Amino acid sequence: MILDSKIPAGPLAEKWTKHKFNSKLVNPANKRKYEVIVVGTGLAGASAAASLAELGYNVKAFTFHDSPRRAHSIAAQGGINAAKNYQNDGDSVFRLFYDTIKGGDYRAREANVYRLAEVSVKIIDQCVAQGVPFAREYGGLLANRSFGGAQVSRTFYARGQTGQQLLLGAYSALSRQVANGKVKLYPRSEMMDVVMIDGHARGIVTRNLITGAVESHSAHAVLLCTGGYGNVFYLSTNAMGSNVTAAWRAHKRGAYFANPCFTQIHPTCIPVSGDHQSKLTLMSESLRNDGRVWVPATKETAEKLRKGQINVNDIKEEDRDYFLERKYPSFGNLVPRDVASRNAKYVCDEGRGVNETGEAVFLDFRDAIKRDGKSTIESKYGNLFDMYKQITGEDPYQVPMMIYPAVHYTMGGLWVDYNLMTTIPGLYALGEANFSDHGANRLGASALMQGLADGYFVIPYTIGDYLASTPPKPVDTTHPEFQKAATEVKNRVDQLLKINGKKSVDYFHKKLGKIMWNECGMARTAEGLKKAKAEIKQLKKDFWSDVKVLGTNEELNLSLEKAHRVADFIELGELMIDDALNRDESCGGHFREEFQTPEGEALRDDENFAYVAAWKYMGENQEEELYKEPLVFENVKLTQRSYK
Amino acid sequence: MQLTLKIWRQKNASDKGGFVTYPVSDVSKDMSFLEMLDVLNENLTEKGEDPVHFDHDCREGICGTCSLYINGKPHGPLQTTTCQLHMRSFSDGQTITIEPWRAKAFPIVKDLVVNRSAFDRIIQAGGYVSVGTGGVPDANEIPIPKTIADLAMDAAQCIGCGACVAACKNASAMLFTSAKVSQLALLPQGQVERKTRAEKMVAQMDAEGFGACTNTGACEAECPKGISITNIARMNREYFSAVVSSENV
Repeated sequence: MILDSKIPAGPLAEKWTKHKFNSKLVNPANKRKYEVIVVGTGLAGASAAASLAELGYNVKAFTFHDSPRRAHSIAAQGGINAAKNYQNDGDSVFRLFYDTIKGGDYRAREANVYRLAEVSVKIIDQCVAQGVPFAREYGGLLANRSFGGAQVSRTFYARGQTGQQLLLGAYSALSRQVANGKVKLYPRSEMMDVVMIDGHARGIVTRNLITGAVESHSAHAVLLCTGGYGNVFYLSTNAMGSNVTAAWRAHKRGAYFANPCFTQIHPTCIPVSGDHQSKLTLMSESLRNDGRVWVPATKETAEKLRKGQINVNDIKEEDRDYFLERKYPSFGNLVPRDVASRNAKYVCDEGRGVNETGEAVFLDFRDAIKRDGKSTIESKYGNLFDMYKQITGEDPYQVPMMIYPAVHYTMGGLWVDYNLMTTIPGLYALGEANFSDHGANRLGASALMQGLADGYFVIPYTIGDYLASTPPKPVDTTHPEFQKAATEVKNRVDQLLKINGKKSVDYFHKKLGKIMWNECGMARTAEGLKKAKAEIKQLKKDFWSDVKVLGTNEELNLSLEKAHRVADFIELGELMIDDALNRDESCGGHFREEFQTPEGEALRDDENFAYVAAWKYMGENQEEELYKEPLVFENVKLTQRSYK
Repeated sequence: MQLTLKIWRQKNASDKGGFVTYPVSDVSKDMSFLEMLDVLNENLTEKGEDPVHFDHDCREGICGTCSLYINGKPHGPLQTTTCQLHMRSFSDGQTITIEPWRAKAFPIVKDLVVNRSAFDRIIQAGGYVSVGTGGVPDANEIPIPKTIADLAMDAAQCIGCGACVAACKNASAMLFTSAKVSQLALLPQGQVERKTRAEKMVAQMDAEGFGACTNTGACEAECPKGISITNIARMNREYFSAVVSSENV
């Protein structure tokens, strides 16, 4: 199969407009004859479900949460980018496009990224109309802040809770359609499989998390808006429930998985404090606008500090190394996430890290408080400072914060074409669940933008093109394919419950996380990856022979839920390693130690690796097959990224 | 730290339920409350006993999934969510009683897990501005005074956890409902549907079986996001002015 990205011909700036015009339409009277399933109710899912229902389609929306408002989009803090140029500082659609392509280290599709930048302006209009309380200036107009990887202020925000406010906006639009009877909501329902009829996605099988009932739901198209897979690392900034199961089951049914090794390690997270830790907490990147990142200039000072022999506030200016400002004078503390993370790792590897563990760097607000006053800093970051204090017991107004990189976002995901359709006809992937817009590294405040762009402004146009050529005949859930899929799900449940081994599900998850973090995390080597692959193969065997899942299917059963998810994470982990091994270059968040510039920056190999790596599932315990989608750059020149 | 936990166990909605006592050891002060329960659950799993079911997800205080009524207070002794409560707030040897939210409108699903879908239905009754996707004015065509935007944001911060209901002796959902009514009543975008919104959301709140508000202020005191009780006053005003001038007679 040749991967057809369906990128429209013509000049970059006209592609989307032309494509919308060339896409087939479904007549308003016919829209009500179509059913669309939306899995996941985060930014992408809620906005898609609401928008499609407004158009007249009948939507069924599924979430494993108790309410659509719980989706992890809610936790995004810093903001959402849009090329509004309200600040008169030289922003434009092309500049947002350029920053995103460059920030992604030239591993994203030009046409998709341009479209994202183009619709970004409409997202802000939409959210304001819904009543999202964005931050404002005294004149009543919208305020902006700057974010990593950009030299303009284009980020809109609602204190440190932008994701929450945007999600509640999309949730309110969704709720309106539930009230109108155009969306039927299925909370506490986990998607277990995609059902294919004649090669097209025609429904899903779910497990009701309260009763354990395995249920079939049919539709004319299925949208996966199920987020990223960062929890493959066990410790990440993702919510505890975030998982890859929906995407992975679709992958096993024929949807290719693209660039799985592209994961983002976020530089500003609260450091790990002990083995009991269940998740990592992000401190918004916006803090880097005012906070200065540093470590002691020498190993000796760092060691004294770790042992508590000296106080951090007593360290003199000349004994501090503001390493980002020193190495990258023009971007300073606002370099992209991958660069900031890697440099934090370097100084810690040199023995200059702080915290008892030596795995942390300072993020210091002393100078900003001196410059702007405590109340200004409080109004910008008050809730983040409170959260930090709550978790660590330290007051960041008095002592510098300590931060360390943590897994945050996954740029990889299901392969989709320009219409957001996967390699399975009728199956779409939106938001973090797809791979399409962020290349090898996502810029801050761009995840919210992409989730909402896909849901509000892309899928409502592209889905019509597919549905227009699909007969509106209702899909019958008594079709043998539904029964087959449901039986497979039931068998898998039985199998998990029958193992009755000795080790808990969490034991395996933690073990997987350690392997992935050590060998497929911030820095990777061919040797380490090969070792990890063998370890994961063994882990999979152990899981299926020694996991202990208690209880029955016919009840709320958290360990059974988690067992399904961890089993899929283990398989995904192996694919991520294959992908990282295949990519003999460094780019963005994928850093292979063998491929770096003399200054320690990522060294791309555009001649051999300017492609999307899309993997096809070949069956249980078979090596997956690699398909390449070449990336063609007609509007930007590929350069070594420089933030100096 | 060593602790004694008295936890409400209930197999399902129809089970009668009751307290079961569990000792836990090896608790560190840096653990979050939920991580302490993770330790208990790992131990229970090892012994082949059903782990304690509780709701949780983001573990950073924003999704509103976690609940737990800890020693007689929703989300425990601090004004925060349970996931942001750390064991340094407890002392060695302490006995901690853990119950689910108790309210008629929040039926128990299992152990400490309750069904809060009543909140979703209140929002569905009118907690939105009826604008479809597309066709809206440029964002800066709707200027909003900063003070008003800030007040709206204060109300909009509600995470829908239900602590206000759990804290209230009448299990009233006034704080939750009023936060959304206030946010949209304050903003120009919410003006068109201002009256019908207040009427419909209050009617749904009553239909769900939440109790009445008697102004004790327990909700505000326990709200992890500091949602102010002035929102309730604003909603009352909205509701009464809507009712007296209502066209829905």
